[in-house]
Amino acid sequence: MTGAVDPFVLNLTVFVLAIFIGYHVVWNVTPALHTPLMAVTNAISGIIIVGAMLAAGPEKLDIGTVLGLVALTLAAVNVFGGFLVTQRMLDMFKKKNK
Amino acid sequence: MSANYVSLAYLAAAVLFILALKGLSSPVSARRGNLFGMVGMVIAVLTTLTVTHNVAYILIAIAAGGAVGAVIAKRIQMTAMPELVAAMHSLVGLAAVLIAMAAFNNPVAYGIGETLHASNRIELFIGTFVGAITFTGSIIAFGKLSGKLGSKPLRFAGQHWLNLALGIAMVGFGIAFFITQSWTPFLIMTAIAMLIGVLLIMPIGGADMPVVISMLNSYSGWAAAGIGFTLNNNMLIIAGSLVGSSGAILSYIMCKAMNRSFFNVILGGFGGEATAAEQGGGVQRTYRSGSADDAAFLMGNADSVIIVPGYGLAVARAQHAINEMSKVLTEKGVKVRYAIHPVAGRMPGHMNVLLAEAEVPYEQVVEMDEINNEFADTDVVLVIGANDVVNPAAKNDKSSPIYGMPILEAHKARTVLVVKRSMATGYAGLDNDLFYMDKTMMVFGDAKKVVEDIIKSLA
Repeated sequence: MTGAVDPFVLNLTVFVLAIFIGYHVVWNVTPALHTPLMAVTNAISGIIIVGAMLAAGPEKLDIGTVLGLVALTLAAVNVFGGFLVTQRMLDMFKKKNK
Repeated sequence: MSANYVSLAYLAAAVLFILALKGLSSPVSARRGNLFGMVGMVIAVLTTLTVTHNVAYILIAIAAGGAVGAVIAKRIQMTAMPELVAAMHSLVGLAAVLIAMAAFNNPVAYGIGETLHASNRIELFIGTFVGAITFTGSIIAFGKLSGKLGSKPLRFAGQHWLNLALGIAMVGFGIAFFITQSWTPFLIMTAIAMLIGVLLIMPIGGADMPVVISMLNSYSGWAAAGIGFTLNNNMLIIAGSLVGSSGAILSYIMCKAMNRSFFNVILGGFGGEATAAEQGGGVQRTYRSGSADDAAFLMGNADSVIIVPGYGLAVARAQHAINEMSKVLTEKGVKVRYAIHPVAGRMPGHMNVLLAEAEVPYEQVVEMDEINNEFADTDVVLVIGANDVVNPAAKNDKSSPIYGMPILEAHKARTVLVVKRSMATGYAGLDNDLFYMDKTMMVFGDAKKVVEDIIKSLA
């Protein structure tokens, strides 16, 4: 058992631990907020924007960077739309609480 | 920025995303949580910007997409939330496919190396097909939810076999891609996955949408995580897994609320044949119907009223009217509450958001488990646009397809009022014994119109 750990194994470690965290955090979400939960997870899955930026990032512009830019635009819709609509919904829940 | 700093910034963003989800445990902390989420996203994007070229193009693309997203978020009707969420899932799916193509086109640029390792190729395959299924499946879900496609399930003989054959073909071309590392099998594999996405969602009907939309939510997360594996990017893996597990839990909760297994829903559980026969052979049964005035009289003289809202409330956009009505009743000294079934509506929590929009007080809205014991002590239950979730057959009739599904026990109340457009059956195609009980009065008409008439009559 010597040598560097394969990146895949490290990725898998992070992946499995993140699923456990997600599992425990989401069970505590109150059912009344399940729609905002879907909207905010929609925004968070917009994290694919990071992948799109990397795809659009290489210095040489080619078909790959163009695909990246298209993906980037789509992901940006998700990020902005997701967080803002969540905010709008949560504002409605706030009104009731005063 | 060095790779270490980038990774540390991603770690900070990941923690903020976890806090964003944690905030949703109560309406009080939820807004702060959403703010954490936004900050996390800003950190992730700015950090990534330090390691890319073409910054100007990237900023233009973000501004263009962001502007579209912002306008949609501002304009969207709350009744249209399910289709908005479905549409946004499809964008994530498509983005995942495009990024996978870009990575395959030029692996060196992503630090994957000159040649794709075996594990890279498998990751690319998984990320692409999950993304492709999410993309087309969500478009079909969007079409059904927005009424552009019929919400009726579309089924044909041999459907499951076709899906199975396509699934095998997809894996086959995936293996071909693995061996040859060429575009042709990759593109064919992607096209087949897209076709599977369509075929998977077409046969699923409207009332099963809460499960479907949660499932696609989950898939959009897994697609992001899959791309994270390909790009060796922990940010994508963590955020994608959070979303993936969240969607999976919601699917589970929705399935449980219908007492059905996940596969039963996805493979089309409520077959047409058995229930159609039941309907055709049924004897004409008698029921009592009344006017909005009668309903107003009954509720005005009651001590307690429980309102059971369903998808019909959303369709008729009656949420503001129903809040007006409960205000009038409350002023008359009637105790008004709302009973929410987990699968009422077309997505998890749909009813809660509609009632919140209409400014129904939070404490009046009660979840199924908490309110079920109180129906027996309630004078009047007003069922509005709901059907299967109050069908007593789920409790009493072992032969019923919905037997075992947890229901709101409206039939235990002293009087039941049901607002419905006609005597047509609900989604499951079942007759509802509740409608024929002696203590039940049907009020036919559009939900919003009926409620407005009740308000007039109460005044």
